[in-house]
Amino acid sequence: MTDLRELYQATILDHNKKPRNFRVPEGANREAVGHNPLCGDKVSVHVQLSDGVVEDVGFQGTGCAISTASASLMTQAVKGRPVEEVLALFDAFHGLVAGDPEKARSKDVGKLTVFAGVRDYPVRVKCATLAWHTLRSAVLGQGKTVKTE
Amino acid sequence: MSFAAPYDVQQIRKDFPLLSRSNRGKPIAYLDTAATAQKPRAVIDAIARFYEREYAAVHRSVFEISEIATRRFEDARDRVRRFLGGGDPREVVFTRNATEAINLVAASFGRTRVGPGDEVLITAMEHHANIVPWQVLCEERGAHLRVAPISDAGELPLDELEALLSERTRLLAVGHVSNVLGTVNPVREIVERAHRRGVPVLVDGAQAVPRMPVHVGELGCDFYVFSGHKLYGPSGIGVLWARAELLEAMPPYQTGGSMIASVSFEKTTFADIPQRFEAGSPDTAGAVGLAAAMDYVDELGLDRIARHESELLAYGTELLEAVPEVRIIGTARDKTGVISFVVDGIHPHDLGTVLDGEGVAIRAGHHCAQPLMDRFGVPATARASLGLYSDREDLERLAAGVRKAVEIFR
Repeated sequence: MTDLRELYQATILDHNKKPRNFRVPEGANREAVGHNPLCGDKVSVHVQLSDGVVEDVGFQGTGCAISTASASLMTQAVKGRPVEEVLALFDAFHGLVAGDPEKARSKDVGKLTVFAGVRDYPVRVKCATLAWHTLRSAVLGQGKTVKTE
Repeated sequence: MSFAAPYDVQQIRKDFPLLSRSNRGKPIAYLDTAATAQKPRAVIDAIARFYEREYAAVHRSVFEISEIATRRFEDARDRVRRFLGGGDPREVVFTRNATEAINLVAASFGRTRVGPGDEVLITAMEHHANIVPWQVLCEERGAHLRVAPISDAGELPLDELEALLSERTRLLAVGHVSNVLGTVNPVREIVERAHRRGVPVLVDGAQAVPRMPVHVGELGCDFYVFSGHKLYGPSGIGVLWARAELLEAMPPYQTGGSMIASVSFEKTTFADIPQRFEAGSPDTAGAVGLAAAMDYVDELGLDRIARHESELLAYGTELLEAVPEVRIIGTARDKTGVISFVVDGIHPHDLGTVLDGEGVAIRAGHHCAQPLMDRFGVPATARASLGLYSDREDLERLAAGVRKAVEIFR
């Protein structure tokens, strides 16, 4: 059995309490809204994209600790990276939280490993990936509301 | 157990096999009975016995076992009539659940009685099951959905409700007990006021039938719906009770086998009530299991179950109110069964996960009542709900788990 402290690591609790990049960047030119109908969580992700690179990124919304911390850490992880790399990172992150070790190893996720405990709580995978799905929709210019269900 | 015997909850818990298993390595404290109730051995055994000894097609075949199965199914229908204090088993229609029963009324009664410019009145505390079918019906028919407001305590001010009853109101649909707030609505008085204006009333009794004696004659309502699985019965069976003269005038909901009198390629005539509303092979084992569940709760006594839950509600409320970070949503004077609450700085889903780790099972989310969440300005709540098998220890473990979550998220 996973101890709760493994799920709610100090980094996650910290980012939940003090979310980073909790703002709409001034130069934002892409955005998308994500919605988890199961819990009513809503997140919007705002991206300043230039020449295929995420120059700046921020988010807004309300959610549980897992989804808020995930959005916060995501913004730090993707800032300054080209879109292809961001999508590859999402893929690896998804593998990490959904318990797919092969995908998880496909790319170094760095600090995002704090979310490894989520794999023991299948219902919470959607919380961890909501902001990422929304970011993908924003950078690919789909711009429609993303739902996790 | 004789009626005068004390309510021995520890003995009663032994009737429920699931309560002896663990949840994440800890004994389970099951506080999610408003979502679905656990099943007593008597229900599980009744279903097994039916499949092992008495199972065949109903209302069709001529052999002995089919006759036995048909009798069991129709006995179950009469058991439901008796449970609701009804006078005629033809007034009991088996459905999949309360949701389907409401959809049946919306599709059949609604489509023939509600026209352009008409109104359907609901309340702000309804479950999605008692909102969406009416909303869709009103959209289709060019009618208007009206919503009676509720107070901050989660009660229905009846004068405001009455003021919304108009000459165009074709139906009032109201929950008997709120699945989020626990409010017990004064259904009899609501029905009186509606009937004075000639408005029929549908009551969603999903949360009421497991918690209090219900008598449709005394309530005076026109339609009463509930689900078997919340009444300690099997999942997949529900009930629409409706006054016979209303059912007689209603067109079929679904069509096909079992609900016809005769069929040719030119013309089909439909069966009498209630078969007219039961197209296809019914959930016979579900009906048998539901009847067993009714026997079980009636033997314990619904008035005693109500008293037990009411004592626990007071105890649980006191324990949670002692945690400074907790705010309880729903403080109606007449309340039963559920405690919805939010904890400062902790999202209900995180709270639910912490409690899960302690073996405490609660519901976290919008409880299929998003408009109600909006009314109280919260995206979601945590909800602990009680059953006839709940005990003080369940609530003590809940309160301890909430305190632990407060520590973790401090």
